[in-house]
Order: sequence, then C-alpha cells, then structure tokens
Amino acid sequence: MATVKEGYKYAETHEWVKVEGEIALIGISDFAQHELGDVVYVDFPEVDDEIAKGEEFGAVESTKAASDLIAPVSGTVIEVNSALDDAPELINQAPFDNWMIKVQLSDASELDDLMDAEAYKAFCGE
Amino acid sequence: MKYYDKLIFDLSKEGRRGYSLPETGLTNHKMKEEVPSTLLRGSAPSLPQVSEVDVVRHYTNLSQMNFGVDTGFYPLGSCTMKYNPKINEEIASMPGFQEIHPLQPESTIQGIYSIYSEMEKMLSAITGMKYFTLNPCAGAHGELTGLMIMRSYHRNRGDFARTKVIVPDSAHGTNPASAAVCGLDVVVVKSNAEGLVDVDDLKPLLGPDLAGIMMTNPNTLGLFERDIKEIASLVHKAGGLLYYDGANMNPLMGVVRPGDMGFDIMHLNLHKTFSTPHGGGGPGSGPVGVAEFLKDCLPYPHVEEGEESNLLYAKGETPECAGMVSGHMGNFGIILRACAYILSIGRQHIGEVGYMATLNANYVKESLRDVYKLPIPSVCKHEFVFDGLINDGAREGKEGATTLDVAKRLLDFGFHAPTIYFPLLFHQALMIEPTETESKETLDAFIEVMHTIAAEAAEDSDILHAAPHNAPIGRPDDTTAAKHPIINYRDLKAEA
Amino acid sequence: MNQHIPHTKEDIQQMLDKIGMKSLQELYSDVPADFLYKGEFDLPNAKSEEEIRRFFKQMASQNTRLTPFVGQGWYDHYTPSSIVALTSRSEFLTAYTPYQPEISQGTLRYIFEYQSMICELTGLEVSNASMYDGPTAAAEAARMAITSARKKDTILISSTLLPQVKEVVKTYARYAGTSIVEIAEEEGETSLASLKEALSTHAVAGAIVPTTNCYGIIENHSGFADAVHAVKALLIEYCDPSTLAVLKTPAEWGADIAVGDGQSLGIPLCFGGPTLGFMACSKEHLRKLPGRIVGATTDKEGKRCFVLTLQAREQHIRRDKATSNICSNESLMALWVTIYLSIMGPEGMKEVNEKSYAGAHYLYDELLHTGKFEKAYDKPFLKEFVLRPSKDIDIASLRKKLEEAGIFAAREVRKELVTFCVTEKRSKEEIDNLINIIKEA
Repeated sequence: MATVKEGYKYAETHEWVKVEGEIALIGISDFAQHELGDVVYVDFPEVDDEIAKGEEFGAVESTKAASDLIAPVSGTVIEVNSALDDAPELINQAPFDNWMIKVQLSDASELDDLMDAEAYKAFCGE
Repeated sequence: MKYYDKLIFDLSKEGRRGYSLPETGLTNHKMKEEVPSTLLRGSAPSLPQVSEVDVVRHYTNLSQMNFGVDTGFYPLGSCTMKYNPKINEEIASMPGFQEIHPLQPESTIQGIYSIYSEMEKMLSAITGMKYFTLNPCAGAHGELTGLMIMRSYHRNRGDFARTKVIVPDSAHGTNPASAAVCGLDVVVVKSNAEGLVDVDDLKPLLGPDLAGIMMTNPNTLGLFERDIKEIASLVHKAGGLLYYDGANMNPLMGVVRPGDMGFDIMHLNLHKTFSTPHGGGGPGSGPVGVAEFLKDCLPYPHVEEGEESNLLYAKGETPECAGMVSGHMGNFGIILRACAYILSIGRQHIGEVGYMATLNANYVKESLRDVYKLPIPSVCKHEFVFDGLINDGAREGKEGATTLDVAKRLLDFGFHAPTIYFPLLFHQALMIEPTETESKETLDAFIEVMHTIAAEAAEDSDILHAAPHNAPIGRPDDTTAAKHPIINYRDLKAEA
Repeated sequence: MNQHIPHTKEDIQQMLDKIGMKSLQELYSDVPADFLYKGEFDLPNAKSEEEIRRFFKQMASQNTRLTPFVGQGWYDHYTPSSIVALTSRSEFLTAYTPYQPEISQGTLRYIFEYQSMICELTGLEVSNASMYDGPTAAAEAARMAITSARKKDTILISSTLLPQVKEVVKTYARYAGTSIVEIAEEEGETSLASLKEALSTHAVAGAIVPTTNCYGIIENHSGFADAVHAVKALLIEYCDPSTLAVLKTPAEWGADIAVGDGQSLGIPLCFGGPTLGFMACSKEHLRKLPGRIVGATTDKEGKRCFVLTLQAREQHIRRDKATSNICSNESLMALWVTIYLSIMGPEGMKEVNEKSYAGAHYLYDELLHTGKFEKAYDKPFLKEFVLRPSKDIDIASLRKKLEEAGIFAAREVRKELVTFCVTEKRSKEEIDNLINIIKEA
C-alpha cells in the first residue's frame, strides 16, 4: 500500500504541496511513483516560469510511462530540484522528501481546493 | 545465437583500409589549397579504419545475434510479419531501377512511371479507393499524409473550423500522435464491453468542429467493427471524413474493401500487408488512397497520364494539393517489391490471403484459450489478444508470471514474442498475429510451446521470471540506459 | 493455393474442425454481408516467378539510364560490394524493430555504431537512429525547434536550401500552424544581414541553413550561431553528410541540430528512395530529439548490450504528446551507411571528396573555356556548381543532345542557372565526353 503523509496537501492528479510561508514545494505522491515505476527523468520548467493551477508544468518519465505534472497551485517557479537530474531514483526512494519545484504562491486560497492526507487516502483507495 | 561483444570501432587500426577508388588522373585542383580553411573541418572524423574482411566478419557476427522472419515464426501482433518472397529482392536490385537519378527527364523514366501508375490501379482495386499517392515512406508517414489530405479538403471548401479528430481508445498510439503533428485536437471515443467503438459515446462528439475519425477495421483487438456503416453515416452527416488505418488490412485482403465500408482516406503498409521486408524497422512504404472527390488534395508529385502525348508525367504543385511529404516520390525500392508481390498473388489468389490469415489466427486462439485468458471470445480476424495466463503460478512468497515473462520464455524456444502490453485496454495484453504464410505444423509447434510455458508458470514461475535462458544476453537494464544515456562510442569509451 | 500460402485442403479442414466452424465463410460471419466483396478483383492474372522477372525487365527497359552529372540532393557515389552482400543477410533484412533486445543485438549494435558515426561526421553529441529522408528530417527539426522554444511560431529557412527540403518543411509547417519565413540570399549564399533582420522581426524558434547549398556553394556561416542564439532560437544546419568528412562541421559552426540525407553515403540513386534522413543535436536537446535512439547498458550478468532507450518521448507511450509521430527508422539504410563508412574510413572519405572536387573543378574550368557558359558566382564549391548559359546557347536543345548521348546534365535550378555535379565515380573520359558534346553544340 502506498503511504500518504500528514502535513501535505494533495491534488487529484497525485501531486503534493507542502507550504512554507508563501512558498510551496511541489512533488509527487508515493502512490504516483508506484504507478510510474522506476523514474528515469524529470522534465522541469525554468526558474521564473509562471505556472497555473490545473495546467501542466513538466513531466516525469519512467522506462514504461510518461506522465504530465499538473500544477496544484498557481505561482512563479523560484527553484527546481536539480539533484533529481543526476538521481531521479530519489523520487522512488523518498517521494515526500524530494520536491521537484519551489513556487512563490500567487493565490494562497487555492490551497483550500486540495485534499488533506485523510481525504487523499480515501481518494486513492477508491 | 552466440554472444559477440565487438563494435566496429573496437577493430580499428591506424592505417588499415577496406576501400579502393579509381585513379581519375585529375590533380590540378586541390581542396586544401583552394578552399579557405575557415570552411574546412579541424580534424578528420574518427571513423573506424578496418579491412573488408574485418567488416564482413563483424557484420556477419552481428547478424547472428538477430532474429528475422527467415529465422522463425514471428507472431508479432499488428505487425503482419509474413514471409518476404526472394523474387522481390531480385526485382528491386535490377540496375534498370537502381541506377536512375530521380530528376532524370520524363521521357527516360517511363518504365518507372508505369510502375507507379500500375501500383496505384492495383491498390485501388484491392481497397476500393480511387487514387493513391505512393510518396509516404512509412505507415505513420501515411497517416500524417492522410490527415493532411483531410485538412486540405476542409480548407479547400473554406471550412476552417474543423480541427478535431476522433480516435478510439484502442487505437495504435501513432494515430493520436499523427493527428497532433498535423495540428488537430484529439478526442477519444470509448470502446464498449465487446471491444468495439461505442456508438452512443461517439454521437455527442460529432459537430461542426469535426475534421474526421481515424479507425482501423478490424480494430487492434482483431475484431470487425460491424457498426461501421452507421458510424460512417453519422460522421459523414456531421461533415467529417473517415480515415482508415491500414495496419490491419491483411484479413481484408480479397474479402472486404475499406472503400466499400465508407472510408474516404486510408493508408496501407506495404511492409506489412504486401510482404516487403521490415529491415529491422524500415525502410517501409505507406501509400495513401483516397475517394474520387479527394483527388485534388493528393500530395505532389503524382504520376498521371499526359493529356496530349501518351507519356506519363509527374504532376506538380497545385493550390488544392496537400503539399510535398517526402523528398521525391517515396521509397521506390519498396514499391517495386510490393508490386512484384501483388503480381505473384494476382486476381486468382488475393482472397486466400485474408481467409488464411483469419483462419490461422482463430486456430491459434482456440488452441490456447484453455491456458490463457481470452477477454473477448468472439471470432477474430487476423489477430487476437490474450490477457495473460489463467494460472500464473502466483502463491505465497512468489509473484505470478507476467506477459513479459511469457514473451521472454518464448525466445528460449526459438519463437519471436508476440506484441505485449498493447492494446492498453488489458493489463497483461499479449497480442498474436500469425499471418497466412505460416503452416499448420508451425502453428502446432507454437501452440505446444505456449502450453509448455503455461505449465511451467503454474509449476514454478521463477523459470519464466529468469527467461530468456539461452539468448545471447539476458534481460537488459533499461532503467540505467534511460537514466544515464550512453548513445555513442565516445561516451561508451569515456564511461569504461 | 498461391505458392506463398502453405495450407493444404486437409489442413484447412482440421483447423476449421478445431475452431468449430463448417466453412471458411463462417470466419467472416461478423462482417455485414453487403461488405463482402462479390465481384472479381480488377487485378492482373497471377504471375509465375519467371513471368514476374520478364515483366520487370520489360519495365526496366523502358527507362534509359543516363550518366548523372546532376546532384541536387541525390549523388552518384560508389557503393562497395560488401554492403550489398551484408545488408542482404536475412537476419538483418527480415527482422522487425528491435523490440526484443535479447534476440536483436545485431540491429541494436549497428544502430549504435550508426549513431556514433553520425556524431563523428556532424561533431554533435547525439544522433537518433535515422528518419525517412533528408527533407522530412528537416521538417522534424523545425518541429523540434518549435517545441523547444515553446511560445514562438516561426521557422526561418534559407532560400538556398534544395527545393525539396523547402517544400517538405513548408508542408509540415502549414498544418502545424508554424510560420515559415525565407531568408534571402546574397551572391549565392544565405545572407547574414537578411537572417538578422528576420530574427529581429519575427518570433523565431529556429533557422535552417545549408552547409552546401542548392548551387553547390560551401556557405560561410560565420556569425550565424551568435545571431540565432541571441534570440534563444536554434541553428539547424542542413548538410550533405559525405562532405562533412572534410568541411567545417555543424558543431564547428555552432549549430544545435544537424539534418540531411544519408543517400550520399553510398546508397544507390534508386529513383530517390529508399534513403535515410539523419538527425543529430547537442546533448542539451537530447530529450526533445524525435525518433528512435539506441543506448548502451548491461544485462543482469553485466554483459554489455544495447536497447532502445528514452522511449518515453515516443508515440506509443506519449500518444498525442509525443515529440513526433515517427515510430520507425530507415534501419536497413542505417546499416548500409554504417558499413559504407566502415569500409571507407577517414581516408576513403577524404579521397571521395578530393576526387569529386578535382573532377568538378576540371569540368567547371573546361565549361568556362568553351565560352558557352559564364560564371554565376565566385564562391568555393565542392562537387556541385551552377553556371549561366551564354545568350547564344539553346539550353533545351543542348540538354536533349546530352540525353541522346546518355548524359544527364545542365538541369535548370533557377531561371538562367544550370547545375552540374561530379563525383569520384565520373572518369576523365566521361567528363571529356560531356565537354566535347557541349563544345560541338
């Protein structure tokens, strides 16, 4: 069974958001990495790119699948986790510790539309 | 097959050579002295320096790690790996074709133009279409060309709103990709429980923005879309066109013509249905046929009969045409082979192709359904899909054998694997297409091995997990290959 | 039954029994009856092998093979006989795409070698496994530039590209909603000033320029890469790969992508196909490169082996989001080219170019001496060049006369410019014969 971590917000497209002040860290859930299999590459946006809730901002690839990354919130990309370039397997090993992008939130109220851990657990169980 | 671990670069030795060129006696002009050095490269490319015998042995050794139709049975679903008659190769290598420059004057290439013209007529007769372009170089290239024709048709009528194309969820992945490359938006129509296009799901998708629908019939499950008449009428009524993906044409050869089902545009894969060799992934040929009203939309150049003289000529660009899709007129060498094949089949035997392809598929299906899951049990056409083993050997502490495991185990028995994990409708899809050129004895041998493998899986799935056991290599590490790509010799050396 | 179908009457009966059917017709019981074709197919009678041979000999005899003194994208270079022997091996010829790497190491290895050689010729770090032909590879490169640039919609193409390259690029672009703007030429080569102007007035994603152009001129691309990169666009060089053994490479010009037609690497003319398109790029664009790519890895026991890799870019996984709809390569032609480059080696490739150069310049000098042609441009060229026929020469009747003598030359490339080409295959006698006919015309 995939783990779901408390303290994170979740989107139906299996991205998670962790809020630190006005900054949001975005990654993918344990459920998502499990479905994908061995992650081999993360296609990042560029720093300063604007991302919009519900739109794709990148992609994550395994040997057998590729999945678009859908923005759970809107904002400006302020950093991408380039450690994943050399070690994309970190996504598989510790999906909640390895964020993909850091975003300056433009509308914090969008966080309210996301699921909490309990709701997401129920969502995955469906 | 034996493992051989050399690359041609490994054999290189400074100063060795395998070529010989004639002395021309022309030495007045020297590039190094006359061409400014700013236009010349800094150092020579590091190509291998090897003798002819080095080259011949190396590639002979490489060939011995390869499996082809001439090696054994190749039941790869959706790929129609039929036998490639040798006479076709002889024809394609005739100097009267090989040595002709494509831009030679028309009067000197009437024989070639006749072959284009003759092929167009024969393919039209087989498919019920009216005209063909032979310029596309592959099936996917044909799809793209066909969609360009579709868009040209709407454009020529001044209807620019039609930007949507419908593709069934069971379609080959190439269909949506071709549509996207052609600037069309893809909308997916669902399959019903029987594996056929769901007409009720289709209806709400039809509207004034519809360019057309792409279908293959029989579909990728090997099932005949029997509602095609209704689908054609609905799509036509909405102003759209029907595109036929000819990847699955083989069971219809001499039995049913796509043109008669209401299709307006289609492509054929000469490397599937018309027996030209696959060559390890190409060159192929993907002619596109159209109904009469689409003639003006065909890409150029297109061979036509001259109005005044009786010479054939290549018609050039017109405002209505779809454009130019390849460098000249496609893969002539492949067209020649397919032409030879059709002549060998002729009007007398064309129907045998479809009937025997279908008979073979149903025979294999019925002979294996006792041990492999058959999600759709009805009569199939040229191919069918299993959804993994009935008893995969899974038990406490042991994972069951997957479709991948079955595929790899088949290699140990001297068969190529079927297509796996396609179509996407089933998790353990195993898609088998035997083709008409395989004898009952070959099919029986395959059926026996498939039973053996099923029994092995039930007994101890580890044998399958570890397969193949006697191929030149074991299962490769795909993950490392994709994570840290090493894609040329320099990188490989740097890594070592 | 036809000779390619092995079923006996007895086989068919046994098979029908197994599937519980009474007749073959029952196999099509799911097909609405009105679709079953009832007429006789309008096809020729089935022919025996000997009749097929006779038919095609007859067709071939209706062609006249002319000695080519024209290139324009298709070059008559020598083909070593070992290529024909090796590419005919049915283990290569009758294999499918190497989807089962364990029994396809032959195909995978030669594609890896092919990619390595294309990297050597272009100087770039990455090559795909090949595409249909040069013009379609150029169209794919344009699409790659558009995808990489995101929000930009224009591709610049030099007016000096071969016409078939321009036309195919324009065709692909038209449907994808990409704008194509032509860069003007100056003195027979792509104008840097015109390039700069276009870069400043359009939202440019990439520019396609020829290394050797439709006039045969070796173009000077100094300053091109800087200009193109200044607006974050990609520089795409269209090249004749045979000449890259001696000419400045796309990498040396600062190109991001190189494309071209592999035909000049020993592939017979064969009326223009099959050939192959090659496509190489710098490492940073690897994940956007369309088409198949073979990579090295190891199996469980650590044996070196090769696989199709980076497949997440491809249509069977990405469907409508793939980098391209291409799902094959011209594999056998990639083998052809790989064997060619192995046989020729660096020395052979140099010699091919030097001999072509010497022959072409000899012809150029002699044609000017006849007084029937004038210089069109004063620019360096390698094996192909254009001249302007002088006013008192009727070029159409000259071409006819050449044709009667079995020679294909002096094709019009543009109003008042005719083209010639000489490869290492043209002997001095053949060249002198051409010159003499022109002298007498």
